[in-house]
Amino acid sequence: MPQTAEKILDHNALFKEPEYQELMARKKAFEEAPLTAEVKKIEDWTKSWEYRELNFKREALTINPAKACQPLGAVLCASGFEGTLPYVHGSQGCVAYFRSHFNRHFKEPSSCVSDSMTEDAAVFGGLNNMVDGLANAYALYKPKMIAVSTTCMAEVIGDDLDAFIKTAKQKGSLPEDFPVPFAHTPSFVGSHVTGYDNMLRGVLQQSWSGAERSTGNGKVVINGGFDGYCVGNNRELKRLLKAMDIDGTILSDPSDVYDTPADGEFRMYDGGTTLADTRAALDAQATFLLQGFSTAKTGEYIAAKGQEVVTFHNPVGVAATDALLMSLSRISGKAIPEELEKERGRLVDAIADSQAYLHGKSFSLFGDPDMVFGLTAFLLELGAEPKHIVVTNSTKEFVEKITALLAASPFGQGAKVYGGKDLWHLRSLLATEPSDFLIGSSYGKFLERDTGVPLIRIGFPLFDRHHHHRFPIWGYQGGLNVLVRILDKIFDVLDADPKGTSFDVVR
Amino acid sequence: MSLRQIAFYGKGGIGKSTTSQNTLAALAEMGQKILIVGCDPKADSTRLILHAKAQDTVLSLAADAGSVEDLELEDVLKVGYRDIRCVESGGPEPGVGCAGRGVITAINFLEENGAYDGVDYVSYDVLGDVVCGGFAMPIRENKAQEIYIVMSGEMMAMYAANNISKGILKYANAGGVRLGGLICNERKTDKEYELADALAKKLGTKLIHFVPRDNVVQHAELRRMTVLEYDPESKQAAEYRTLAQKVHANAGNGVIPTPISMDELEDLLLEFGIMQKEDESIVGKAKVTA
Repeated sequence: MPQTAEKILDHNALFKEPEYQELMARKKAFEEAPLTAEVKKIEDWTKSWEYRELNFKREALTINPAKACQPLGAVLCASGFEGTLPYVHGSQGCVAYFRSHFNRHFKEPSSCVSDSMTEDAAVFGGLNNMVDGLANAYALYKPKMIAVSTTCMAEVIGDDLDAFIKTAKQKGSLPEDFPVPFAHTPSFVGSHVTGYDNMLRGVLQQSWSGAERSTGNGKVVINGGFDGYCVGNNRELKRLLKAMDIDGTILSDPSDVYDTPADGEFRMYDGGTTLADTRAALDAQATFLLQGFSTAKTGEYIAAKGQEVVTFHNPVGVAATDALLMSLSRISGKAIPEELEKERGRLVDAIADSQAYLHGKSFSLFGDPDMVFGLTAFLLELGAEPKHIVVTNSTKEFVEKITALLAASPFGQGAKVYGGKDLWHLRSLLATEPSDFLIGSSYGKFLERDTGVPLIRIGFPLFDRHHHHRFPIWGYQGGLNVLVRILDKIFDVLDADPKGTSFDVVR
Repeated sequence: MSLRQIAFYGKGGIGKSTTSQNTLAALAEMGQKILIVGCDPKADSTRLILHAKAQDTVLSLAADAGSVEDLELEDVLKVGYRDIRCVESGGPEPGVGCAGRGVITAINFLEENGAYDGVDYVSYDVLGDVVCGGFAMPIRENKAQEIYIVMSGEMMAMYAANNISKGILKYANAGGVRLGGLICNERKTDKEYELADALAKKLGTKLIHFVPRDNVVQHAELRRMTVLEYDPESKQAAEYRTLAQKVHANAGNGVIPTPISMDELEDLLLEFGIMQKEDESIVGKAKVTA
C-alpha cells in the first residue's frame, strides 16, 4: 500500500497510485461505463448554451443548493449564549450532521444533543423523548439554559414543543424556572438562516416573557446573524465598541465556544452572551442586526417591543463600516475616535494601492442573502464588476434591494441576480459566460474544477481552508482581510503562467 | 375586543361544518368579524359561506406556485357572506402524504401573513378525530382557547367526543386550551338530549346547545347556503342564533375535560337503555341451524 504513517498521501495523490487506478479501471469495465470520449462529449454538452437553457427550465429538481437546513442555524444561534446546550428534538442523524458541519468549519468540537426519536416516537409522538431527554441533558451536561429546536421528523408528526417542554417540567425533568427557549425549525421551508432567526426570537421570547420594556438603558445590542466568521467578527465588534467607549452586548456570541484554547481543559461551554445581558437587551437603546435579511422575524419582534432596530446586510468595506460606526455613534452619543478614522484611511489607502488590479475584473457570487449583498456592495466599492449572483435561499426583499444596489453603480450594470437558483445553474452560467473569479463557500471548488473560474473562498462553510473564521470581515480591518483574500487570488492567477517571459517580481 | 379563537371538532359526517358555518354566520349577524380556517383536506368548511364547492386551498396553491413562501394572503383568503373571511388549508389526496403537516403549514402561513389582524373571531373547523399532531395544531398554546365538540346521540359520535376530550386534556394541563362544551346535532336517536347532557356532565362540561333536526338545513345546503342566509326567518335560523349567543357568552368559561373510559361510556349507554347488557354466553358463537 502506498499509504504509510510516515508519509501520508493526500486523497488527490493517493487515488493516482496504481492500486487505485487499477481498481477504478476494473470498476469501469464491470459497470460497462461509456467510453471516455463519450463521457467527454456529454460533459462538453453540459457546458453549452443549449444545456444552459434546458437547465434553467428545470422545475422539480434542485442540484447542489447553496443552503442548509433550519436547525443548523438554530444550533449556531443557541451556542452563542452562556452555558447553553443546543438541544434538537428529533432524529440523531440530523444532529450528527450539524455537529460535523461546525467541526469541519471551525475545527472545534460542537456540543449539541438530540433526543433520538426513532420509529416508535414517530408513531406515538416524541413527548417521552422530550421528558427523558431534557432530564438527561440537564443532569449530565449541567447547562444554564437548554435551547430546543426540531428536525423534520418531529415537524411532520406535529409535535408541539411548548406543550412538551411544559409537560416535561411538570414531570420533574427540570426545575420549573429553568430557561428552555424553543423554536420550531421545519426545513421544508426556509434555510439555516431562517432557523437562526427562529431560535433567536425564541430565546428573546423566553428571556423577555412577562417583562415590560422600560425606557432605553443606553446600551447597544448587536447581533451578527448566522455568521461563519463569528469568531473573528465578534471580537472585532467588541474591539470597535471598546474603542468607541460604548456599553454593548453581542447577542448570541459563539466566538469563544468555537475557538477554545488547547490548554488541556475541555470547555463544553465557553463565553457567550450572559443570560442577564440577554434579559437586559429588552431595555437596550437599539438592536443592530448585521444580517438583516436573515433575522427579519427577530427584528419585527424587537421593534414590536418598542425598541429601535438598525439593520445592516453584512457590512463589509468602507461605506458599510462607515454607516455602522455612524449609527453606533448616533445611538450611543459617543464620537468615533481618531484611531478608527485612521483605520478607515488605511483601508482606503490599501484599496487605492491595488485599484489597478481590481478594475474591470468580473466576479460571480453565491451564498446567503446578507453575505452576498455585503460582498457585492464591497466589490462595487472596489470598482470590480459583479456578474452572476446566485442565492438559493433568496427572499423578495433581498432581490429588490440588491437589484437597486446594482442599478445605482456603474460597475453593477453587467450583473444579474438569480434568486432561488442552485449551484448547478451557476455551473451553466460560468461555463457559458465565465466571470474572472467566483466568490463563495468551499462547495464552489467543484465549480472551479469544472469551469476553470478561480474560486475565492468567502462564506460558509469553509471546510477546506483553515482558520479563515478567526479573521474578521467586518470593520475596516475586516474589509482589509477581504481585500487581501481577493487580491491574493488575482495575483496567484497572474503568476500561475509558468512560461512567462517577464522576470518582474513586482505586482 | 381581543381576538377570540375557537375550534369545532367532531366525528366525520356529524354535521360539524354545517353547524359551525351556521353558527358563525349568526355571529357575523351580531356584528362580529370572522375568519374561518378549514382544517380538512376535503376543503368543505367554507362552502356555505362562499356559495362555492371548494375554494383554492393554501396547499393546492402552494403546490402550484412551488412553495408556501411564494403565496400572498390575497391568493388564499376569500370573502363570503357578511364579509366572513374564509381560508381552507387543503391537503393531499386520500392515501398519500401528510394532511396533518398541511394543517400546520397553513396555520403558520396565515399567522405570519397577518390573516388574523382585525378580526374578532378565528374559527378552526377540524376533521373528525385528532389522529395526529397536525390536527392538534389549532389547540396548541396561543391558538384556539375553546373547543366545541359537535356530536349526536349515536354511540360512535359520543366515542369520538370522548376521544377529542382526551386530546384536549393532553394540551390543557400544560397550556391554555379548554373544552368550551358539546353541541348536539339532533339525529333523532332515543333519549338523545338526556344522553348528550349526561355525557357533557361526565366530561366536566355542559351541553351548550341542542340543535334540533330540520329539513330547512338540507334545503339551504343544496343551495350552498347557510340557513341564516337562505331562510333567516326560519325557526332553525333562530336556533343557530341562540347557539351563537351562547358561544359568544361562553368566553373564558371553558374547562379542562375529564374524559371517561370505554367501560364508563358503555355504562352510560346502558343506563339510558340504548345498549343491552352483553350476554357473554352468546359471544363468538355461530348460528345453529336446526
